[in-house]
Amino acid sequence: MFARGLKRKCVGHEEDVEGALAGLKTVSSYSLQRQSLLDMSLVKLQLCHMLVEPNLCRSVLIANTVRQIQEEMTQDGTWRAVAPQAAERAPLDRLVSTEILCRAAWGQEGAHPAPGLGDGHTQGPVSDLCPVTSAQAPRHPQSSAWEMDGPRENRGSFHKSLDQIFETLETKNPSCMEELFSDVDSPYYDLDTVLTGMMGGARSGPCEGLEGLAPATPAPSSSCKSDLGELDHVVEILVET
Amino acid sequence: LKCTEKYIYYLSFQSKSDIISTVEFNHTGELLATGDKGGRVVIFQREQESKNQVHRRGEYNVYSTFQSHEPEFDYLKSLEIEEKINKIRWLPQQNAAYFLLSTNDKTVKLWKVSERDKRPEGYNLKDEEGRLRDPATITTLRVPVLRPMDLMVEATPRRVFANAHTYHINSISVNSDYETYMSADDLRINLWNFEITNQSFNIVDIKPTNMEELTEVITAAEFHPHHCNTFVYSSSKGTIRLCDMRASALCDRHTKFFEEPEDPSNRSFFSEIISSISDVKFSHSGRYIMTRDYLTVKVWDLNMENRPIETYQVHDYLRSKLCSLYENDCIFDKFECVWNGSDSVIMTGSYNNFFRMFDRNTKRDVTLEASRENSKPRAILKPRKVCVGGKRRKDEISVDSLDFSKKILHTAWHPSENIIAVAATNNLYIFQDKVN
Repeated sequence: MFARGLKRKCVGHEEDVEGALAGLKTVSSYSLQRQSLLDMSLVKLQLCHMLVEPNLCRSVLIANTVRQIQEEMTQDGTWRAVAPQAAERAPLDRLVSTEILCRAAWGQEGAHPAPGLGDGHTQGPVSDLCPVTSAQAPRHPQSSAWEMDGPRENRGSFHKSLDQIFETLETKNPSCMEELFSDVDSPYYDLDTVLTGMMGGARSGPCEGLEGLAPATPAPSSSCKSDLGELDHVVEILVET
Repeated sequence: LKCTEKYIYYLSFQSKSDIISTVEFNHTGELLATGDKGGRVVIFQREQESKNQVHRRGEYNVYSTFQSHEPEFDYLKSLEIEEKINKIRWLPQQNAAYFLLSTNDKTVKLWKVSERDKRPEGYNLKDEEGRLRDPATITTLRVPVLRPMDLMVEATPRRVFANAHTYHINSISVNSDYETYMSADDLRINLWNFEITNQSFNIVDIKPTNMEELTEVITAAEFHPHHCNTFVYSSSKGTIRLCDMRASALCDRHTKFFEEPEDPSNRSFFSEIISSISDVKFSHSGRYIMTRDYLTVKVWDLNMENRPIETYQVHDYLRSKLCSLYENDCIFDKFECVWNGSDSVIMTGSYNNFFRMFDRNTKRDVTLEASRENSKPRAILKPRKVCVGGKRRKDEISVDSLDFSKKILHTAWHPSENIIAVAATNNLYIFQDKVN
């Protein structure tokens, strides 16, 4: 029922490639988990059978969580826009700062600083990411969360879709939106519709992704694709009749 | 009450039909009302103590059952309005009848519960079965008399307060003036007069002009037990606002603002969600307020706004499971909390049908379980313990074995005695302390 805790290695003093890889794994796993949380949150906002008005408190809390993730990802992207000469230093610094975030955000999931390598527990879920990560590492040493496209693109489109979700009240999109908003004086319904989507198609991918980081977890290189796919889905829902 | 004293389980009422959604003793403790997901209210009455059976303190038996709310359909929005009873609040008794407020998401109703134990007999124009008599056969006249009959308890709706809430009502609270009450939804709080159903005063409105800017909702509200001008409301961001209705008509500006600074070492993506307050209750004295968030119960002194005076961990072992609890939506469960009559002990529910009590004086706490398997009539409840790691002792239960579908969200404490009511899904348990 619970996601298994992911024990991470202490990467602060590793200098060899293996250490760097382990560090990247840490970063990737945090980014993956954060991505999974984001996906799950978006699904929760959409999933609603619309028979009964959903819980506004729950929707607001989920939306706030999505915003937090978005802000942090934005900061990550901003951070990576550092001058090229600092790029080499960047990965390690980045690992340390992410480690701290990991500890706070995910740390209590059975993790404790495990000195040294070869912690058998981490091999399982993380090693599944190994082949991809190691392939990526030499080519993109400083990128982590966004393997394929530039981070800003994803950020931008994500940011845009979230705003779309919240701005639907203001912008009167012609055609289908008028069907949605049958009553001008019921903004709650509007927000609710918008927050939860119209068709509420169930998406199983992100939820499964968090169950102990099973091998089915998408590799980092496809995380952007799935993210874009998610955005498309959200936008689709918004403009679909 | 020493909260580590064990309890005798002496009554369990199994309501097979629906999930219990609210539990509330009346002001004397003589009556206990429950509301359920099907819109029904069931009221229990305490048996009078009999001299013959001193060891059996009064048991609670069903007194009245009625359908309070029906499911409705909002045609404008094409959405159903649930009949689930969110809250019941009793009015203080002023005559032979009992009055209570019950509410679903949209409509508050005032119910009168009264007894009828006599009926008139000896009509002239009707016979005993109610059939009309042929006037020609009537030769004498008699005066009808009232004769005892089997007790009948009837509930009648006296007022319906509707169409005042766009959002879902989460709280109702009777004012100490006994003339007004308030109803709170996610974004607004309205003040009503019991006699007037077609209008109410809006006293709090936190709806932003642009709904896209909405980041915070009202989660609970309550009037001060003695000062009829004072009330508090809590928010999804873990804050409590105390308002004085004498200050202005619209109490958007609080008199006091209670918030605990965030602990940066515990910050995570779930920090805000678990800080959301699910219940707020004044102490009987009116000096303190108690709040429940996902993992803790906090007691605040009205005179100190910057942090609570006491914090009690309800189930801190869940802190490492927040991601999973977010996934299965348990993190949004709204637990209530209650004071005992003397404000010395507080109680709240947890998962696996566990509920917790904290003694504010001795700082001791206990975990008890409400379940038929573990409780026989007149048995003593055993304290339970959750094992968080390492070796599990014989009677302990490990965190991963907890049943998260068995949650105790609603509990109530008798106003003056050590009798508690615990709602476990569709079962109601009533416990009392040991009688020597």
